[in-house]
Amino acid sequence: MSTVSAALGSLRRMDWRSFFQKYGLVISFLLLCGALTALSDRFLTVSNITNILRQSTINGIISVGMTVVILTRGIDLSVGSVLALSAVVMADALKAGWATGPAVALGLALGGLMGLISGLLITQLRVPPFIATLGMMTFARGAALTYTQGRPITGLGDEFRFLGTGFIGPVPMPIVLAAIVFGLGYVILNHTRFGRYVYGLGANEEAARLSGIPVKAYVSVVYAIAGALSALAGVILIARLNSAQPVAGKGFEFDAIAAVVVGGTSFEGGEGTLWGTLLGVLIIAVLNNGLNLLNVPSFYQQVVKGAVIALALLIHRAIR
Amino acid sequence: MTSDNQVLLRMDKINKSFPGVQALKDVDFEVRRGEIHALVGENGAGKTTLMRVLSGAAPPDSGSIYWNGEPVSIPDPAAAQALGISMIYQELTLIPYLDLGQNIYLGREPAAKAPNFIDWQRLYRMAQEQLARVGLEVDPRTLVAELPIAQRQMVEVAKALSLDASLLVMDEPTSALTEHEVETLFERMRELKAQGVSIVFISHRLEEVFRIADRVTVLRDGQLVGSAPISDLTEDDVVRMMVGRELKSYHAKEVAPIGDEVLRVEDLSRGDVVRGVSFSLRKGEILGVAGLVGAGRTELSETIFGVHPATGGRILIDGRPVEIHSPAQAIELGMGFVPEDRKAQGLFLRLSVAFNIVTVALKSLTTLGLIRPNAARNLARTFVERLAIRTPSLEQRVRNLSGGNQQKVVIARWLTLEPKILILDEPTRGIDVGAKAEIYALMSDLAKRGVGILMISSELPEVLGVSDRILVMREGRIVAEINDPRGATQDDIMRAAAGGANGGGSAIQA
Ligand SMILES: Nc1ncnc2c1ncn2[C@@H]1O[C@H](COP(=O)(O)OP(=O)(O)OP(=O)(O)O)[C@@H](O)[C@H]1O
Ligand SMILES: [Mg+2]
Repeated sequence: MSTVSAALGSLRRMDWRSFFQKYGLVISFLLLCGALTALSDRFLTVSNITNILRQSTINGIISVGMTVVILTRGIDLSVGSVLALSAVVMADALKAGWATGPAVALGLALGGLMGLISGLLITQLRVPPFIATLGMMTFARGAALTYTQGRPITGLGDEFRFLGTGFIGPVPMPIVLAAIVFGLGYVILNHTRFGRYVYGLGANEEAARLSGIPVKAYVSVVYAIAGALSALAGVILIARLNSAQPVAGKGFEFDAIAAVVVGGTSFEGGEGTLWGTLLGVLIIAVLNNGLNLLNVPSFYQQVVKGAVIALALLIHRAIR
Repeated sequence: MTSDNQVLLRMDKINKSFPGVQALKDVDFEVRRGEIHALVGENGAGKTTLMRVLSGAAPPDSGSIYWNGEPVSIPDPAAAQALGISMIYQELTLIPYLDLGQNIYLGREPAAKAPNFIDWQRLYRMAQEQLARVGLEVDPRTLVAELPIAQRQMVEVAKALSLDASLLVMDEPTSALTEHEVETLFERMRELKAQGVSIVFISHRLEEVFRIADRVTVLRDGQLVGSAPISDLTEDDVVRMMVGRELKSYHAKEVAPIGDEVLRVEDLSRGDVVRGVSFSLRKGEILGVAGLVGAGRTELSETIFGVHPATGGRILIDGRPVEIHSPAQAIELGMGFVPEDRKAQGLFLRLSVAFNIVTVALKSLTTLGLIRPNAARNLARTFVERLAIRTPSLEQRVRNLSGGNQQKVVIARWLTLEPKILILDEPTRGIDVGAKAEIYALMSDLAKRGVGILMISSELPEVLGVSDRILVMREGRIVAEINDPRGATQDDIMRAAAGGANGGGSAIQA
């Protein structure tokens, strides 16, 4: 008798646990949306939802790179600065008469290069990721300021601006780009050797090395990807604003890290999904949007966001 | 049940389940005062889980625990410690980047005169004494990370001894030790027993169980099979109780035709840990490497596999000199390597069984850059079945498997590649008799298919039983070669390993 009930009891416990592990984030997200729908009749409208999605594209794209970096047990603090540097260089190229395609390619390559440099510092010189990317954060920001002498570069041309303001059918271009990034990221992480090995080397670097996984090369590439994605986010940002600021992207690293962490990716490496990150990005975007709709003063907004992130971490701990 | 005051601990109808597994079913377990009680069973039988219940690390779903006849509840490790239960876990729990002294007295550092300060001098002095008790002559200021695994195990023992427990649980303390250290450990255990301390001793080496234990309890599939004084049983009885059937002689390599030389190592050196080692390995041959801990066996294998750069000498595969600067190159050349420390070097603990098995085979499972998911799953499933790995699913995290099943996963990973040369460093560490037999059969089968196997082992019966030829190492050199293991004895190896090779039998060529 007692064993039967014990078995049943444990079964129930287990089911709830794995249920929450799987769907906890979706449920939180839906609850949040439900609450905002109840509190404001402006929340659940097509234009507001499109607005939220569009606003979350920049953080979304950066967060894909950040997810991959954190999966390797790393961190990238330089994403905002790299965004700014590649943005001003791109803008300058456009002003100098470059076509959109080559200018964007230049920006992405520059972002990738900056990331690669961080990656090489980490893998070849064994600088801890926090320090290496902190250095890159300062360096890239300084380079952006120097390059522009602190002045914004404005007037980027309609063709380029399409990337930030255009539509494909009813869908805004930034959302198309972010969807492509998430889709590709998902395929790469789950269905290629590179992706699976990123999980492997994040979970146990030594075991990865002994299994012949080229750990150093992969980690370097991971940072290069994060850099290039920052640059892509920069494309959307300056195309929308029609202006590249050397101080653009300040604090973007925090939004990205927050989204990844809320999405359940572990700082211990090897554990996390892009689905989680997508939800993390959306939760943060909806939160921002909702707090604005409800006219919460911006200082309080920060407090609420911080509390939500802390809560997400606690829940993640508890159900693990 | 006896309720006399002989009984220190009684666990009654303990149940514990994990998702997909009932790890313990109505298990009763009783330990008397001042006895050494062996707990045995196959991998995954539930030994560690039962002890985790006892130590508060995994509260049971149901069941009761009596301590000195009184019902107690042990919700957390602190409660267990308060009762006087001290546990040495199967997976080492020392903190690598703290030194030995800090590890031993973690959380109970001796206080200095000023409140909240630590009396470091006293701490290191006491640590030194504890280390000396287990025969470790190392500076207590050494970092744990700097010690080889066997010595870490002894530090773990020192730590447990320093706790003044009345019940000491040792979960496979000997699996990482060589004969010499095992003897030291047993001496300490006998001393403690004489002082009235009770010890629960878990081991897969039955010979040890019969050497040290007073009573033995056998678990199978999470259930109690029986409990009896050791003197009432033979090894065969215990094996039968463990596996539930007769098991034939478990070493016995089948004779495989020995072919051409597949690996040749000439004058290989690395610093002063590997000094001028030369040997050759042929197709279908199992070459055993024996020696004491620290003799350079692991370093030798790691150097061959490209984990560390060699500082001299050369390596030939199929007669052709090769350059090996990384494990990736070694793998490319057809080598596989099962490392000594499966948790730190072998497994991706938080990833799935499937990933852990297909890791090195992914290349061949990829079309146009994409992994074929079904092919990967099928490959993983094939090896789970072939090695009889006990797991509720392919998606189970390897962390949740029992120790022996984890080891099988690491071995499976290399078998997916069908390597030409397989290096196994302590392949059966922590593996039960049944699984051992399976792994020996597997090695034998691989040899028959022409794989050359280099097997490092500290278990002498294993080295003698499985190898076609044995190398004995001491201080980085090969000091003896035994060409006919069937005609040699454990003593022959021990003498060579310890430095008295001249007295060896005729089978030895020094
Ligand atoms: N945390 C966990 N989550 C899920 N399953 C678990 C967990 N811990 C143990 N198990 C399962 O419970 C069973 C008993 O495992 P346990 O570790 O107690 O075996 P064991 O007898 O100690 O084996 P070994 O000799 O290999 O160490 C196994 O099937 C194991 O996979
Ligand atoms: Mg165990």
